[in-house]
Amino acid sequence: MKWWPSRKRHAEFERELRSDLELEEEEQQERGVSPDEAWYAARRAFGNTTLIKEQMHEAWGGASFERFWQDLRYAVRVLGKNRGFSATAIPVLALGIGTSVAIFAFVDAALIRPLPYADPQRLVHVTESDPPGPVNISYLDYLDWKKQNTTLASMDVFTGWNMLLSTPTGTESVPGERVSAGFFRTLGVAPLLGRDFHQGEDTLGAPGVVMLSYGTWQRRFGGKKDVVGQSLKLSGVSHTVIGVLPKGFEFALGSSPQFWTALQPDNSCEKRRDCHNLYAVGRLKDGVTVQAAAANMQSIAVQLERQYPDSNQSRGASVMPLSEAIVGDIRPILLLLLSGAGLLLLIACVNVSSLLVVHTERRKREIAVRGALGAPRARLGCQFVTEGLVLVVGGSLAGLAFAYVTMQIPSRLISKDLMARMPYLSGLELNTHVLAFAGILGLLASIVFSLTPILHLSSSDMRDDLTEGGRGAAGTLWRRIGGRLVVIELATTMVLLTGAGLLGESLYRLLHVDVGFQADHLSTLQVRLPGAAFPGDPQQVAFVRRLLPQVESLPGVRAAAITSLLPVTCDCTTDWVRIVGKPYNGVHITANERDVSAGFFTTLHARLLAGRYFTDAEDASKPKVVIINHAFARKYFAGEEPVGKRLGDPTLSPPSIKQIIGVVEDFKDGGLDGEQLPAVYYPFNQSAGPVFALMVRTAQDDQTIQPALAATVHQLNMDVGVEQGSTMREQINDSQPAYFHRSTAYVVGGFAVLALILSAVGLYGVIAYSVSQRTREIGVRMALGAQRGSVYKLVLRQAGWLTGTGLAIGLICSIGASLPMRSLLFGVQPWDAVTLVCVATLLAIASIAATFIPARRAASVDPMQALRSE
Amino acid sequence: MEKQAQQRANLLQGTLDMLILRTLLYGPAHGHQIGKHIQRTTNDFLQMQHGSLYPALHRLERRGWVASKWETAPDRNREFKYYRLTEKGRKQLVVEESQWKLMAEAVARVMWPAVPATGEES
Repeated sequence: MKWWPSRKRHAEFERELRSDLELEEEEQQERGVSPDEAWYAARRAFGNTTLIKEQMHEAWGGASFERFWQDLRYAVRVLGKNRGFSATAIPVLALGIGTSVAIFAFVDAALIRPLPYADPQRLVHVTESDPPGPVNISYLDYLDWKKQNTTLASMDVFTGWNMLLSTPTGTESVPGERVSAGFFRTLGVAPLLGRDFHQGEDTLGAPGVVMLSYGTWQRRFGGKKDVVGQSLKLSGVSHTVIGVLPKGFEFALGSSPQFWTALQPDNSCEKRRDCHNLYAVGRLKDGVTVQAAAANMQSIAVQLERQYPDSNQSRGASVMPLSEAIVGDIRPILLLLLSGAGLLLLIACVNVSSLLVVHTERRKREIAVRGALGAPRARLGCQFVTEGLVLVVGGSLAGLAFAYVTMQIPSRLISKDLMARMPYLSGLELNTHVLAFAGILGLLASIVFSLTPILHLSSSDMRDDLTEGGRGAAGTLWRRIGGRLVVIELATTMVLLTGAGLLGESLYRLLHVDVGFQADHLSTLQVRLPGAAFPGDPQQVAFVRRLLPQVESLPGVRAAAITSLLPVTCDCTTDWVRIVGKPYNGVHITANERDVSAGFFTTLHARLLAGRYFTDAEDASKPKVVIINHAFARKYFAGEEPVGKRLGDPTLSPPSIKQIIGVVEDFKDGGLDGEQLPAVYYPFNQSAGPVFALMVRTAQDDQTIQPALAATVHQLNMDVGVEQGSTMREQINDSQPAYFHRSTAYVVGGFAVLALILSAVGLYGVIAYSVSQRTREIGVRMALGAQRGSVYKLVLRQAGWLTGTGLAIGLICSIGASLPMRSLLFGVQPWDAVTLVCVATLLAIASIAATFIPARRAASVDPMQALRSE
Repeated sequence: MEKQAQQRANLLQGTLDMLILRTLLYGPAHGHQIGKHIQRTTNDFLQMQHGSLYPALHRLERRGWVASKWETAPDRNREFKYYRLTEKGRKQLVVEESQWKLMAEAVARVMWPAVPATGEES
């Protein structure tokens, strides 16, 4: 709207000014001044006409926008013309901003956004505690806590369990959660459809009721509204669908369940006070602090300990904010990452600022000329602000794109199981929080980048700049600031690369650790027997006795066995044992407990050290037997012959007494990086269970056999659930410690790569600018007879000195930084020479590559042209 | 030299509008004439800064205190942009003049307390 009238106004003013100027000229001539003289005299009398026009412009208003537009076009032209500068500065800025934004998106998703429940800060996670840490709560303890506490408005329990769901394609094992009736009311979540659990539906004998997660409703029931009231069979028990949970409802401490049933205390564990299988959430009463609730629960725990010394000895209570329970583990990691990203951004900004100083230095003459022609200082300042803005906007946009790509990585990298425990990561996106954060970063960066040249110029005198012609000084300045900066960058990069290298080597060593059995050609399948058809040990044993010969008769199968828990899983499912005939002072032995079939050890290719393996005939009708591992024998039968000795539970109750018949060499029951724990192996036939893993030694490929395994199970009984078919190798690669080492190696590696790029760019910047500053000097040298080789040497010497210093400092810092990292390493020393040499070589190669381009440019300088250019 | 000019410019601030309006009381004039007139009348004490004069003229025009028209000058065979005082401008001049008088008297009372405001210049 302003364009046309403003242009017209412009023209008119131009005419007015010209006519007045001509009049002045004529008057001067009339006074007897020569025509030539008069022309100058008139202009002297009027002053700077351009300035008058600009002042006029300002008076009209709306000029500021026009001027901004002018500055903007000029800034884009300047940046476009100095391609070397913008091609260095913008990507560096993009890397810095992009990393920070991506990490902030994680922080936002995990730490800043509140839990999606009503009044989330009043929600607490309640557990029992058995020093040193929190542990699950037993059902009977829960009832007492719920009844006696005075600090919680409500308290509810939940526990995950896999349910068997009959589908047209066979029985599937699906994740479910059993919760007490008030669970959703405590969280403050209302069902999308139907109703919540009624009070009393979580008592024994109440009719079965189930609520569906939104995803299950959509996927399995087509999102139909009439699903409420339908009945379905879960693990052989009829349940009525009473409601559907809202979309986006997640409960991170659960196992992303598809079905939610009311917790009826119907399994044997829930009848015993010393069997802990539940987790609890509570809602604080108004004005009650977490500490007060914890003290309240602790006093109840002390009272229960007095009341039930057998089961509750030394069991306390722990209460913490629910958000703490969900994100507590990840908070320090994220904050560390955020500070790392901040550091990277800082380096990037300093990098760009120094480039900007040199850029300004080269334009000193231009600025001085503009000043001499009457440009006010404020106007020149505006120009720098605009240029800073263009730079930052370009960097920010590229940075956001980079952040967006980075944020797609975790969903690919993180396993599905782990993702379920961190549902907040699925909310990772460029939302308003993240964009606002990017905006703030951009604003700060623009301030820095507009102030840098302004401050730099305000210290210099215009007249000096005009005469000096912008030669020489910049090189010295840049060499001083930039050189030091690059040394720091190189050292930092060295530290990060060393960390990444050590972590990567740890990961390799971890995945190649001796597991104590032959891990390849081993295929596994989880099997779950429905409780209704297989109520007790005899039925379960009978099923396995039919299953194993069937599986072994499959083509390509060498041997088959079952175990309650696969090797390389976790140091969980432990048993308390006591040795008959040894003094007992109340301290029981904790050992990993596995229930295995007779062929388990031979299928694994484990090594028998003493005694014998189980036979299939050893079932409930025979005397009870047990096999222990070497760690057990070493620790509790030092210098004795374990075979023939007897074990029992801590009270040595007669039915629990078993005789040791064999000792096997240690193999990894638990994590890859864990210490070897004592283990006891019971025959499945004497200690059966409805859930076990089938394990098959194959002749060839261990992957193709899996459909056949599932089919064999279903041939025997359609209602048996199967899940998670995988090979032992896959399981080892996906295990928790492998995952942990892999993710730290990736994250540190990612940072290291970014740092490598930044320092290479920084080095390139320093050398390239130094070369461009010294073009004339190089020209003179060559004109005086210097060979191209010696010019190369000149440039490379400077780069080599910087790189060498950086590497030397980096080497010392790397060893220093790796020492505290020792606990993260596996099978590799912090001062591992191979890693250090590799890293130093990599860095040196990157430095040479970064230096080569400017060195070539220097060597190809045409002496004549270089001399003429000044 | 440059410093002196700046002092003069400061003196002009705020009063420039009034001086222009007063000048136009004699009849329409173009920018150059106005500048010259003020300069000559003050014996060159007030140096006319064109960078201030033109914006002031356009400001006055936008406020409706002066009107402008391109007309041929009687002595030269060329068009100039003539500014003419409007009725609104005439009233404004009275307002500005009285305000200036009050201001000058107030300043004088502070500066020369014993001497009456109408006193001779020393």
